Amino acid sequence: MNKLTRRTTLAGMISAIALAASPAFTLNTAQARGLIDEVVAKINSVINSGKSEAAMYRDFEALFNRYADVPTISRSALGPPARSASSQQLSQFSDAFAGYLARKYGKQFRDFIGGEITVEDARQVKSFQEVQAVAKLRGQSPFAVTFMVSDRSGSNLFFDLLIEGISLLKSERAEIGAMLDKNGGNIDALIRDLKSAG
Amino acid sequence: MLPSRAFAKRTLLIGLGLSVLSACSIPEPGTDVHDPYESVNRATHRVNLELDRSALRPASQVYGTLVPGPVRRSVDNAAENLGMPSAVINKVLQGDIGDAIHNTARFAVNTTLGLLGLFDPATEMGLESRDTGFADTLANWGASEGAYVVLPLLGPSTERDAAGRFVDILTDPIGSVLGPKLGDKAEDNRLGFMAGTIINNRYDLTETIDGILYDSADSYAQTRLFYLDSRRFALGETSDDAAIDLYDDLYEGLFDE
Repeated sequence: MNKLTRRTTLAGMISAIALAASPAFTLNTAQARGLIDEVVAKINSVINSGKSEAAMYRDFEALFNRYADVPTISRSALGPPARSASSQQLSQFSDAFAGYLARKYGKQFRDFIGGEITVEDARQVKSFQEVQAVAKLRGQSPFAVTFMVSDRSGSNLFFDLLIEGISLLKSERAEIGAMLDKNGGNIDALIRDLKSAG
Repeated sequence: MLPSRAFAKRTLLIGLGLSVLSACSIPEPGTDVHDPYESVNRATHRVNLELDRSALRPASQVYGTLVPGPVRRSVDNAAENLGMPSAVINKVLQGDIGDAIHNTARFAVNTTLGLLGLFDPATEMGLESRDTGFADTLANWGASEGAYVVLPLLGPSTERDAAGRFVDILTDPIGSVLGPKLGDKAEDNRLGFMAGTIINNRYDLTETIDGILYDSADSYAQTRLFYLDSRRFALGETSDDAAIDLYDDLYEGLFDE
């Protein structure tokens, strides 16, 4: 027992040293690209599945919850008030936010039906990976879709999505900030609003 | 027919004058939105919103419902084709001769095989549109973006983009002179096609635009963000520094607990 504890402690110490010595991020460009290849393949199969729009929205919501770092995105969208919020408020906000995103962006997925997204390139930017894709939709000029990927949540997830340079994270920060202002900074009122918004 | 030297010189002078003007308003370092005219801009935004609600949006719904898709696309094609001569000149001004030749070939193909630009066989031949305007030329010459402005009727812009747009309107007759003459007044055609394009865009993007203008808690802030960021992206002015600032403390909170 004693021996085991000592061994465990030793192993813990070694891994702590290894962690401190090597960069904390192990996600490389190829892995990030692989992840987004997987996301894009699934999106393409949804938009060409011939299912009803309602069924497609549900598929998209599931994809978003599986591959996006929703807790981090929602915390960032809430901004500095997240620091003073209770953990209960944070989790309520995160749930309401996920539903709001699904409704808001789900409506726009209609344009994607019958289209195709292709991953083109990937590169490291500081501590995260940027994966660039192109969407070719029916009757539209191709446009750029960029995924920002990190493993800092503990798993490989994307934490932002940009369409022609417009960041989902940045625009939701502005939007949630405006909603919070409208509610006089009251987070509970914001959560109530968010449940019907989008 | 290429524009006369006097014309080119006039364009250059106007451009230089305006680029000096647009360099007047310089953002504070570290801010990515420079909006010193926010209160005036917000008032103009409210008026534009009212115009959209009462005129543009309803007109686009009627146009989109009554006019068949292929016809709407042909109107878009024609307007785009009439803008190509101006795009060629601006590519030359930007020193991008390759794109200038590309656009010239596109214009030649679509004006002839494409029946005066109503169809777009050029894209399938690998001659996709590389559209540009004088605002892009100003950016290429190093003019800074200047302040964010909301133009009456025309909507979001920056001092630099508004200056470019003003020059595009002044030099628009070249599009009409070089473009096909469907009626007596080529300029009327171009204006008509342009109006068609604006209305059709509003129809094609109904969900997206309605979302920004009517479902947002602050439609002004959302419009500003969308305009500035997509514009910077299109001009290749998006820097890694801006992204790093945006994502700076994204994961810090996770480790605080």
